[in-house]
Amino acid sequence: MSDGQRIIETLHALVDEDIAIMHICGTHEAAIARAGIRSLLPERLKIVMGPGCPVCITPQGEIDAALDLVDQGCIVATYGDLLRVPGTRGSLESSGGDVRVVQGVHKAVEIAQREPEKEVAFISVGFETTAPTVAAAILGNPPENFSILSCHRLVPPAMQWLLEQGEAELHGFMLPGHVCTVAGYREYERFPVPQVVAGFEPEDILLGLVMLARQIRRGERRIENAYPRAVTREGNAKAKRLMYQVFEPVDVEWRGFPVIPESGLRLRQEYARYDAQKKFCIEIKHVEKHSACICDQVLRGIARPSDCRLFAKGCTPRTPVGPCMVSQEGACRIWHLYESRRA
Amino acid sequence: MCIAIPAEVIEIRGESIALVDFGDLQQEIRIDLVDVEPGDFVLVHVGFAIQRLSREEGLETREIFRQVYAAMEE
Repeated sequence: MSDGQRIIETLHALVDEDIAIMHICGTHEAAIARAGIRSLLPERLKIVMGPGCPVCITPQGEIDAALDLVDQGCIVATYGDLLRVPGTRGSLESSGGDVRVVQGVHKAVEIAQREPEKEVAFISVGFETTAPTVAAAILGNPPENFSILSCHRLVPPAMQWLLEQGEAELHGFMLPGHVCTVAGYREYERFPVPQVVAGFEPEDILLGLVMLARQIRRGERRIENAYPRAVTREGNAKAKRLMYQVFEPVDVEWRGFPVIPESGLRLRQEYARYDAQKKFCIEIKHVEKHSACICDQVLRGIARPSDCRLFAKGCTPRTPVGPCMVSQEGACRIWHLYESRRA
Repeated sequence: MCIAIPAEVIEIRGESIALVDFGDLQQEIRIDLVDVEPGDFVLVHVGFAIQRLSREEGLETREIFRQVYAAMEE
């Protein structure tokens, strides 16, 4: 019998009550949908999607700020995932500005070095996995015509908010494998809930679910590591050190969430010259949503993409209304690609 | 966003750049966040190595998985 088959049988034997497990990682959702894992699960076990897609949780005010940078004549460098996210007035893709997709922050710095007469602003999204790469670039003393719009977010404060709020009725969390590769999992030990760090192969995810189901059945509340080939309790100490050398935590809003204390990262005063928001006097505003889009509820784990009236009708990957239909890691886009063909 | 792919370090090129092999593609990546030598395996995210994997783990992740599973059954 294959490993996967054995794990699925173990899982079915373990689950005899209603269980909801949240993951906080778009890459997990993509792996779950691609492998059709939901169709293999016991009926009473539900996997709920959390705020695990950095592009999706970037609030509209920050997308508008990126568009302001275009208006001010900057070359805007960004990850491809962000291009089509709708702001209040169009997207980066439709802005008509000089918007360039880069692999990472270092490529944006190279543009600034090659084109010293232009201002280059990097739209810096991402969790703990990504923020240290930006810190390393800043510590490399990029040229003065380079700056970043920091849209970084930290996962534990959002998890704390979800636990305190309790609206999603969760029994356990599958922790994001690559966030924990960098950040470790020590910081999550304060949460009194079953947690497992999981990798991204279908078997990794199934194994994580078995570990969670076992904890829940036994009434345990601890952290287990189902991704030991990459994750340790302390994570990558050097990466974390560089991240906090360059950035400091700040209270910020997430799309679908209110302002969450110390859940964002802003450049420390020593590096303020690289802060695009200060350099170009950009104010990030809170934007109320007006469409029928329920990305906010999807991100909080209280609705599924298919619960949305717009899903696969007014909102498709070609005509996205909300960010979850834009990003490769957005729940709606993933469901549009895989789950809607299974029903 | 948080996709990270294992690669083998082929050559260190300067202080913070290495040539790595993804299996069917060789590419220069940044190694600011890790201390590595040729032969090491790393996880690569947005063009940066974010963690070193042991060689055995890089080569055969399934074996590790089986060990975890075996430990779980105890």
